[in-house]
Amino acid sequence: MEDIQLLEAVERYIRGEMKPDERVYFEQLRKTNPEVDQLVVEHTLFIHQMNEVGELRKFKSTLNEVHTDLAEKGEINSDKLQGKSKILYLWKRYKRVATIAATIAGITTITISLLVWSVTPKVPQDEFVKLSRDLATQKTDLANQKKITSKLSQDVNLVRNKVDESLGRPKGPIINYKKGGTGFLIDVKGYLVTNAHVVEGAHNIAVERASGKDFNAEFVFKDVQKDIAILKIKDPDYKSTGTIPYSISKSSADLAVPIFTLGFPIDNIVYGEGYLSSLKGFQNDTSSFQIEISANSGNSGSPILNKNGEVIGVLNGRQTNVQGFTFAIHSKYIFSAIEELKKKDTAFARIKLPTVSSIKNTGREQQVAKIQDFVFIVKVD
Amino acid sequence: MNPDLTEQDLLKGLATGDKKAIETIYKDNFNMVQSLVINNNGSAQEAKDIFQEAMIVLLEKARSGNFELNCQIKTYVYSVSRRIWLKKLQQYSRYSNEVDGAIGTVPVEDDVEEYEKRDQEFAMMEKAIASLGEPCKSLIEAFYIQKRNMQDIANQFGYTNADNAKNQKYKCLMRLKKLFFAQFKNGK
Repeated sequence: MEDIQLLEAVERYIRGEMKPDERVYFEQLRKTNPEVDQLVVEHTLFIHQMNEVGELRKFKSTLNEVHTDLAEKGEINSDKLQGKSKILYLWKRYKRVATIAATIAGITTITISLLVWSVTPKVPQDEFVKLSRDLATQKTDLANQKKITSKLSQDVNLVRNKVDESLGRPKGPIINYKKGGTGFLIDVKGYLVTNAHVVEGAHNIAVERASGKDFNAEFVFKDVQKDIAILKIKDPDYKSTGTIPYSISKSSADLAVPIFTLGFPIDNIVYGEGYLSSLKGFQNDTSSFQIEISANSGNSGSPILNKNGEVIGVLNGRQTNVQGFTFAIHSKYIFSAIEELKKKDTAFARIKLPTVSSIKNTGREQQVAKIQDFVFIVKVD
Repeated sequence: MNPDLTEQDLLKGLATGDKKAIETIYKDNFNMVQSLVINNNGSAQEAKDIFQEAMIVLLEKARSGNFELNCQIKTYVYSVSRRIWLKKLQQYSRYSNEVDGAIGTVPVEDDVEEYEKRDQEFAMMEKAIASLGEPCKSLIEAFYIQKRNMQDIANQFGYTNADNAKNQKYKCLMRLKKLFFAQFKNGK
């Protein structure tokens, strides 16, 4: 413990606490022992530094005390700026930063927008194909033949009559229907549901059964957003045919329920089956759902039925770049469409949607056989 | 300003740690420095820091005894504050132009430089003390800064006697000196 005693002696020496004779002895030691001398020099510096730090701390705390006192007494301007002066101060302080930040933000925003714009496919047009059918290009030989055989004269007469009647035109050309889809009856008085996009821009609408009977129709309601249209057959030849076998469901269906559909992707009615694959539609649209079913152009407006023969949706399109992404609108929107229609015009007050399925416990073949007379090709020019 | 106290009295009071003198100088000069800093991209907190640094410079000057009264305290404090603030701004590269102010200045570059050198040394010691950890830090501060006697310290820190406290203090001191001189030699 020699070191500790030596250091204590050094400290006492530096502080001047040594008695005169001790001091003389120590100074003698310092002269003869360079290590002791070195220790004294070093420790003097250290003690001095410690004292300075102590004094500085004390002075700083006095300054802070004084500051607080004076601020409380209001003898100096308080450092808590308020209201306008604070905003002014913040602005003054940060205006350069703010300007630079704003500029950078602006440039970034524009760059990102441009990037996003340049790489984003033009949705929904690009990715979402409404499954209406282009009759002009897809017309099969069969369809051509149909047009030019026995039905031709009938069609021409029919159309001419209608055009003359409704538009007061003396004579019309043969209507060449350019596109089409599918529709299905919701009231035997001649009301059909199809997609709004099927009848978009239509001058003339005709509906045709799988059995080949053609009727003129017009749309009485259209909701472009929900993609639902209500058509009314306006043809003296049309006669109500029994009761509608299927019902329109008001409730939403569950995931994975088996479904089937009937539609006209070609001129003949086509049966397809699948399942409900997602409760949300294209880009998370809640008004529609996703189904796994084979669908093609012309299937737009096809009823989507569950095993009980209840219509749970209306097929309306699919995503182009992914296989098996087909979408259907919730059938409950048929109800809301009818509600709106009734509100608009009392002439539609008597529309009654089928609420009971009469094909609930029958086999699929019988179901389809009964349903197919109520599913129509919708043709539009 | 208190008419009873001349500027020379104030400086003497400052040097001897008279609170009244400190308060008077503070009161007479703070607002001026605050508006200088705030009008030149600073905050109120920065204004306070700058002013207190200037007060430390003034204290050194007063204590050195060679503060020749060739200018008023106000001018001196203002000049020092302005100098320190300008340096800080350049350091932050927040603002590189001249600091605007209404009051004339006196040359204080040397004083500020001296202060900065000393401040650096203080910072070294503070850093060394802080890195000691407890109980060394408190023990060292109690003995060297608060200058309390060993018996008192032994009681407070729960050592059975002053010798135990002394032993502990010695170990702590050795560590502190090692830490401090390592920085001090690097700094020179």
